[in-house]
Amino acid sequence: MEDDEYQEGGEIKKFLYVNRRLPHGTAYAIESLETVLIGAAFDQDVSMLFIDDGVYQLKKEQAPDCIDFKNFSKTYRALEMYDVEKLYVERESLEERGLTTDDLLVVVELIPGSEVKALVDQQDVILSF
Amino acid sequence: MSTLNIINKSPFEKRTLDQCLKRIGEGDSVLLIEDAAICAVAGTAYAEQLIAASKQSKLYVLQPDLQARGFAEAALLDSMEQVDYEGFVNLVVTHDRVHSWL
Repeated sequence: MEDDEYQEGGEIKKFLYVNRRLPHGTAYAIESLETVLIGAAFDQDVSMLFIDDGVYQLKKEQAPDCIDFKNFSKTYRALEMYDVEKLYVERESLEERGLTTDDLLVVVELIPGSEVKALVDQQDVILSF
Repeated sequence: MSTLNIINKSPFEKRTLDQCLKRIGEGDSVLLIEDAAICAVAGTAYAEQLIAASKQSKLYVLQPDLQARGFAEAALLDSMEQVDYEGFVNLVVTHDRVHSWL
């Protein structure tokens, strides 16, 4: 019975969270992450895309405690436990900033800018931060 | 598959228009609202980029936002279509998804 009720309200949608900003100057990055976890808690099909300055959110060795901010960067490594496994990074955004995947906290799928549209086209909902 | 991309900041202040335009394509649309409405006008530094985008994507501007900023009578880019609030709603329901580039 309870299972039936769950099924009725349990439509799974594909959510893409687009992250475009540096992590500590504004609250966008941490709020995106919190929203991602909510999506995952509701068993939604969650992907994250990092473009432009958003790629800095995944930079290793962040120490925001030096400026009295919480270090939420470790949370990206825990996403796998919440079944958030599809992390995409745009190659051009990374290259423009002199970074490589070795600089990142987590294993990501690197995609060229020309494939961003195809990724967006697969989604039901886009949330941009 | 079509995405309605909404831009609400002036490209002279924020780069969201540029960030959006380089990642969209065939079938997608761009709607300029709030401060972004000003780049619907012909003759700005962004005209060329928008005209290029209009080859693949449809461009719209929210008329009340244009009017509010003194551009009700201004010449717009040829490929720019004006919509009112009802038109805004129609765009939302006729696309598969909305991407607000806040």
